[in-house]
Amino acid sequence: MAKETGAVSWKELELGCTLVEAGSASKLKTGDWRSMRPVTDFDLCIKCGQCYIFCPDMVYSRNEEGYYIANYYYCKGCGICARECPKDAIKMVQEGD
Amino acid sequence: MGKRVGMEVSIAAAEMVGLCDVDVIAAYPITPQTHIVEHLSELVADGHLDAEFIPVESEHSAMSTCVGAAAAGARTFTSTSSQGYALMAEICYIASSLRLPIVMAVVNRALSAPISIWNDHADLMMSRDTGWIQTVAENGQEVVDLLLHAFRVAEDHRVLLPAIVNLDGFTLSHMIEPVLLPDEDEVKRYLPPYRPRLRLDPEKPMTFGPVGMPEVYTEVKKAQDEAFKASYPVIVETWDEFAKVFGRRYRPVETYKSEDADVIILTMGSTSETAMTAVDKMRAEGKKVGLVRLRLWRPFPFDELYQALKGAGAVAVMDRAMGFSGGAGPVCTEVKACLYDRAFYPYIQNYVAGLGGRDITVENFEEIHDKLVASMKRGDPMGYEIINVRE
Ligand code: SF4
Ligand code: SF4
Repeated sequence: MAKETGAVSWKELELGCTLVEAGSASKLKTGDWRSMRPVTDFDLCIKCGQCYIFCPDMVYSRNEEGYYIANYYYCKGCGICARECPKDAIKMVQEGD
Repeated sequence: MGKRVGMEVSIAAAEMVGLCDVDVIAAYPITPQTHIVEHLSELVADGHLDAEFIPVESEHSAMSTCVGAAAAGARTFTSTSSQGYALMAEICYIASSLRLPIVMAVVNRALSAPISIWNDHADLMMSRDTGWIQTVAENGQEVVDLLLHAFRVAEDHRVLLPAIVNLDGFTLSHMIEPVLLPDEDEVKRYLPPYRPRLRLDPEKPMTFGPVGMPEVYTEVKKAQDEAFKASYPVIVETWDEFAKVFGRRYRPVETYKSEDADVIILTMGSTSETAMTAVDKMRAEGKKVGLVRLRLWRPFPFDELYQALKGAGAVAVMDRAMGFSGGAGPVCTEVKACLYDRAFYPYIQNYVAGLGGRDITVENFEEIHDKLVASMKRGDPMGYEIINVRE
């Protein structure tokens, strides 16, 4: 538990605070910084993948039908995907609404 | 047995780094460090040294390259001075925090402004708390020996910290001196191949230098501080082993005729040799004066310094850099803190000398001695002054 919250003793740290396991950032929940979330209208989507390519957080993954689905655990709500979508299929929606 | 050669100290330093079988050298030339890296680049270009010499466009990149190379498991060396060192400082902190045993020769030079290519310890003091082990050489032989020792101690798995050998610009770096260079077998006997404890490896990816959130930053610094303090006995131990192999013994604090001295002059760097001549002269005149020299600057040798000074009635501390604290120079501040902690309060005056290449002469040391004795008699408050300055 302590390791997941980052609350470790100085004695438990690896040399130079090195992270010896690869992919440790995948555990970081960055989605709770968000004030707006992207919502895709799949009727407009042409499955071009621009949202997947431009998202700085690798939030999108392709489903079996070829649509790109957001994982809100990581989405910071930056709005880049909505800006880049050539079909204006992605709308930024206020969180909490 | 090695061979005794007459050689410019910078060239000897480069030869020694070559003997240490260094893998990567990344450097940017700056006066008065230039001859060291110039000669290393020649050794590599001529095929005498099997290493990567990476010429970079700045000292910031030089140290960044060293960090990357050391993280990949290479034995890594660089060298710099003054303004270049200032530019490098950002990455120096990273190298020590990442526990990378990079070795660097700092050829000490004043900091601008005004522009000065000449020697003092402003650059040394600017970077005193970067978390690197720091020794200070007094002559060419020491430069060579301390460089070899630096690799040995930095790479020791009980240490794994970067190490600097400081040498005075021009007054030491550009002198031609007889230097005993060890042969390869002797070096191998003292310096085992570098075995990194952690290294960047595509087969087993890991992250060097992640973000440290407030939840962990303090713990990282605590771990670094513990490692830094723990390096002290290893520094001494590896010096003792050096003595066994090479017959020359180094200590964190060196003394000269100080055991029975009433007055002790405290110095650091090549000026100590002039100070020894001055002590001899004053001793011949019946003055009970001795010399204490700081060989190890970081970690600071608190106990050894106390042992060296505890018999003294008065101490003249020489600083070769301004402190700009409004109080004493940086060496004197450290000395006073050390003695205060041990409840020993001799009379101390601080003399700043030798700035920006101004010579420090035998007469200057006599002046320091006489000033100290006079001000103690008068009961002047302890303080500091710049000597050999025109009013
Ligand atoms: S809002 Fe930003 S972080 Fe979230 S999915 Fe779009 S591009 Fe990615
Ligand atoms: S960028 Fe727009 S159109 Fe293209 S896949 Fe993403 S949501 Fe669909």
